[in-house]
Amino acid sequence: MRIGMLYSRIRRDEKLLLSELRERGHDVVKIDVRKQRFGLTEPPADIEGCDLVIDRCLATSRSRYVTRFVEQYDVPVVNDPETAAVCADKAHNSLVLADAGIPTPNTEVAFTKEAAMEIIESFGYPCVIKPVVGSWGRLMAKIDTRSAAEAILEHKETLGHYEHKVFYIQEFVEKPGRDIRVLATDGEPVAAMARSSDHWLTNAAKGAETEHTEVDDEMRDLVARASESVGGGLLGVDLMETGDAYTVHEVNHTVEFKALNEVAETDVPATVVDWLEARAEAGMEATV
Amino acid sequence: MTECIECGADVTLHDDLEVGEIVDCATCGAELEVLGTDPVELDTAPELEEDWGE
Repeated sequence: MRIGMLYSRIRRDEKLLLSELRERGHDVVKIDVRKQRFGLTEPPADIEGCDLVIDRCLATSRSRYVTRFVEQYDVPVVNDPETAAVCADKAHNSLVLADAGIPTPNTEVAFTKEAAMEIIESFGYPCVIKPVVGSWGRLMAKIDTRSAAEAILEHKETLGHYEHKVFYIQEFVEKPGRDIRVLATDGEPVAAMARSSDHWLTNAAKGAETEHTEVDDEMRDLVARASESVGGGLLGVDLMETGDAYTVHEVNHTVEFKALNEVAETDVPATVVDWLEARAEAGMEATV
Repeated sequence: MTECIECGADVTLHDDLEVGEIVDCATCGAELEVLGTDPVELDTAPELEEDWGE
């Protein structure tokens, strides 16, 4: 198969995928999106003839646009632009999770610091404010006091890009020092890990310790429903434990899995490539 | 082995180097993007952007 990989930076995750794809004899085309031009109807030469294109763009903005263009060229793309659009924006992500009846942290959005302060005061302290676009735990704030809230809101309103004036405020979930990342393909778990830290942020990118964890029945059900709610695909579903239940706080669409692969009992890139091959075959059959 | 474009020190490279990969200079800490592998060509890596992530 001819498999295209959209990228602007090759991380360990992309190297794992590239290695697995090449070992299986696929014709892999690395497509640096920084060097491409995307017209309205005709695909760039690197994309033309691909049986499947994998979006591994590091920049969310590029991911959202380029997947739309690839779909326009009738080339199957993972993940598809609808999924990318939902997952790229935390507000959108929260809306579809809630609409699907999936437990998710209580969240409200406001557009002025006065309205945002009303939300914060009603949630009580601590609560959390997050950028609607962003990753790796960056620019997230746990707000412990009113004076901290006032400072954060003023800074965001004064210094921020317009997206920082979309105030996304969430209840603080008292998790047991860890959260859970499940990598899934169309809702089927590939592997899961717990990410633990003394810090309230437990992102692997923030240095959290990771360990393999089993996927129980409730987790499996939530992952399947969360995946469906965002349109399916290759996803990272993040959950927090709330006593004897779970809450899903977000779904990631250009999911990193190098940390997971180090602790998982399954061969993560091999399982992902199995699924990519099946997706490409399905696309090829659909066009015959 | 190639030379860091920031500090001139030798940068050790691994065998499975990929275009688009980032390597760190152990001497000055600079992040260097691999522009070519044969011959090896390095440039200063782009700064972190706000919308980068997963």
